[in-house]
This record gives sequence, structure tokens and C-alpha cells, in this order.
Amino acid sequence: MVMVLYFASVREGIGLGGETVALPEAVVTADDFLRWMRGRGPAYDAALREELRIRVAVDKAHAAPDTPLRDAREIALFPMMTGG
Amino acid sequence: MADPIIRVEVGTAPFDVAAETALLTAGSDDVGAVVSFVGLCRSEGGRLAALELEHYPGMTEAEITRIAREAADRWRLAGVTVIHRVGRLVPGDPIVLALTASAHRAAALEAASFLMDYLKTSAPIWKKEHFADGSPPRWVEPRASDDAALLRWREEPPLRG
Repeated sequence: MVMVLYFASVREGIGLGGETVALPEAVVTADDFLRWMRGRGPAYDAALREELRIRVAVDKAHAAPDTPLRDAREIALFPMMTGG
Repeated sequence: MADPIIRVEVGTAPFDVAAETALLTAGSDDVGAVVSFVGLCRSEGGRLAALELEHYPGMTEAEITRIAREAADRWRLAGVTVIHRVGRLVPGDPIVLALTASAHRAAALEAASFLMDYLKTSAPIWKKEHFADGSPPRWVEPRASDDAALLRWREEPPLRG
């Protein structure tokens, strides 16, 4: 099981701050994860549809699309950042 | 040269620029320049009532610390302080403080600019605008110019202080 966290517009779109999920074996990279999450329901698909504007963090570090999840404990999905 | 001082804080409290500057330079007689950048909440001509800043606790601190260390290494800084506020802020409120200390001014100036460019695109912080006329709040869109600003740090050789 892995903890998944959502922030900002992704959190509002999915309607949850986070949840624990069981990852299928075929989900190996950050990009696999994003595609798999989109398939979990209409709210997920709508919140994550603009894939180029969605960022994935694995164990609190930015992930590239090909970053392996390995034994990640926490994965976060969020839109492009606007701090500073 | 001693290891640089790196101080990062993320929270709702206001910051004191003079106190932070004193803290960053205390005990050093080789700092010749301190640059402070303060970002404030704008009213956008009276349209904006407040900004609400959401962040990813734990990752925000880790990511800002990583950026601060990179700046300190690249410009051989004596120290870096970054304080980023979150929560609800109103026009005129300070949002972010970036302080850089170095022997000479070029390094401190360049490093402060580098820090702000990376904070905007890499720190997991999101701003939501609340409007004075009561229209629905809206997440701030990232600017293409913020991404463009990063390119110059890849193209230009760093200055050394």
C-alpha cells in the first residue's frame, strides 16, 4: 500500500486530500502511475487530464515521467507550482 | 571556507528582515554583501481581497533547502535564508523573504535572483486568489515567463563572488 496525496486544484477535483492505494505490478514509473490514476474514475480523469501540467512527487521529491516508483511510501499529485 | 549557513522556514508567521539579516551575518567578518528580496501580496488594482497559499508540508521545506544549498554552492555564499509564508495573506502582506550573504555583491545579487526563479517553479506551493467583488476564487496560473527565467541559469556560467 502507498499513501497518495493531492494538492491544490487536483485535491479539489478529486475531492480528497489523500488516500492509500494498492499499486498494480504494472505501475512502475511516475508516468505509469499518473495514467493509472486517471483510470480510477471520472473525477480522477478530469482532475489529471492535463497531464503536461500535472507534477508527480515520490517520497517528497520531484519525479520525472520515467522515475521508478520502486518501494515508494508516499506519492503526491499536484498542478504546476505558483509559489514565490 | 566555513560551511554556508542555510536557514529555511515555512509557516504562517510574519518575518523580520532586520532580525533575519542580523542572524545571517552574526559572527562573520567576511560578509561584504547581503541582498534581501521580499515578495509581497498585490491587490491587482483593488480586485484581489486575499491570497490563500497551500503547500506540501515536508516537501516544501526539503525542496527550498535543496535550492538554497545549490545557490550556496554555486556562488560560494556565506549563507542563505528563505522564509516562505503560507495560509491566508492580504494585499500588502509580505509573502517570501530570500536573503543571500557573500563576500562581494555580484554573487549575492545573482544568487537571490536564482533562488526566486527556482522557488516559483519548484517549491510545492500554490496560490489561490480571492476576489473583492465576491466572484469565485481561482488558482493562480503559472507564467510562461517563470519557466523561461530558469533557462538563463542553464546557459550563463555562474559569477563567482
